[in-house]
Amino acid sequence: MASQGEFYQRDRRRHPPALAPDYKTSTSRSPRYSLISLQNSASELTGPVFGHNDIDPIDSDLLHNYAKAGESAIGQRMLLHGRVLDENARPIPNTLVEIWQANAGGRYRHKKDTYLAPIDPNFGGCGRTLTDDEGRYVFHTIKPGPYPWRNWVNDWRPAHIHVSVFGAGFAQRLITQCYFEGDPLIPICPIVQTIPDPQAIEQLTAAMDLNASAPLDMLAYKFDIVLRGRRSTVFANRLEGN
Amino acid sequence: MIPQKLDYLKESASQTAGPYVHIGLAPGAAGFEIYKKELGWDIAGPNAKGERIRVEGLVIDAFGSPVKDVLLEAWQANADGVYAHPEHAGEVEEGFRGWGRVITNFETGEWGFDTVKPGRVMGRNGKAMAPHINLWIVARGINVGLNTRVYFSDEEAANAEDPVINLIEWERRRATLIAKRGERDGKPVYRFDVRLQGEDETVFFDI
Repeated sequence: MASQGEFYQRDRRRHPPALAPDYKTSTSRSPRYSLISLQNSASELTGPVFGHNDIDPIDSDLLHNYAKAGESAIGQRMLLHGRVLDENARPIPNTLVEIWQANAGGRYRHKKDTYLAPIDPNFGGCGRTLTDDEGRYVFHTIKPGPYPWRNWVNDWRPAHIHVSVFGAGFAQRLITQCYFEGDPLIPICPIVQTIPDPQAIEQLTAAMDLNASAPLDMLAYKFDIVLRGRRSTVFANRLEGN
Repeated sequence: MIPQKLDYLKESASQTAGPYVHIGLAPGAAGFEIYKKELGWDIAGPNAKGERIRVEGLVIDAFGSPVKDVLLEAWQANADGVYAHPEHAGEVEEGFRGWGRVITNFETGEWGFDTVKPGRVMGRNGKAMAPHINLWIVARGINVGLNTRVYFSDEEAANAEDPVINLIEWERRRATLIAKRGERDGKPVYRFDVRLQGEDETVFFDI
């Protein structure tokens, strides 16, 4: 593989600011000084590499990866698919995508979640997979439910799936959330609304994708993820410092 | 005049990892076993050369309280200064990945990982960087993952000429990146507390 260049600078005006007071927890956990901007060195251009030895095929099937034999998770069966691309619209192959989510009732399998909706004994709530040569990924899961959270007195998270992606370099590392088309909670959620740019929120909203649905089985949603792009300049010599 | 349209895509916006990040990235800590193998528990592997060390600390909020629901990822070179990555020239030991993932203790907020001390990596323009571990920090209330670097207190000469440390105009702030070397049971332990906000706020990087 040809060496590629530095990453395009991150557009910090498209990301949420560290301090977003309507999301109260950010108040005491947000740095107040400016970030120090670094030009990329090998420390940022490289990142961990994962392979098929690291994961199992069942890991991407949340309907069954925690279910008893012959059973499956309760809820609206859903196929979540998309591509991991960079800002040059090039696919990012073989990169690790990890997801986690609440169950159909909006309850997480986590010892710190005390919401009164029940745990589904057949649903763990996490999955992982590697993108293929064209950057594609697929998960089978159930659509998560919305749930209340303590911020203002009556805040509800829209249905969402947390998504973690690596890319090729540590500077591309990203965690985001996937929302679903048509959810009336999206425009009033203080966490969604930490994002200042409405187009960036649309980009995190998965579209219902009838063509990718499995007839008589599960509805599909499509969620593409874009990581930072790279200059095409050959950079190998400078990387090594020659 | 409307110029030609550039056809770049835009990076997906970050969202907080939230309080339940463990379910996805460290399910054992959330309280259940699901994967045959959780990733990131062994940074250096059994064959790594170099000094075996431990790095540990707290992540501290604006009120001086430890943050107890943090996930940190480490990315480092081996003792020869080589990253386990196809674009970085050189070889690493079999089993050396250089990447790890740890969470804070739910009761105390302490985190820590065992690894080997990294070597110097060549930086930009032929200037060698001092040994360091790259850290990425996510948690509820952190909207975009925070990047910082762990340098080592016993590398004074290398730290003094490190091109990244020297980018920080305020000398007092540089100290926030230096892990202090100590010892426990005959093994070197470096202390690295991260201060998210307030007095001696840690230097975070836009990489």
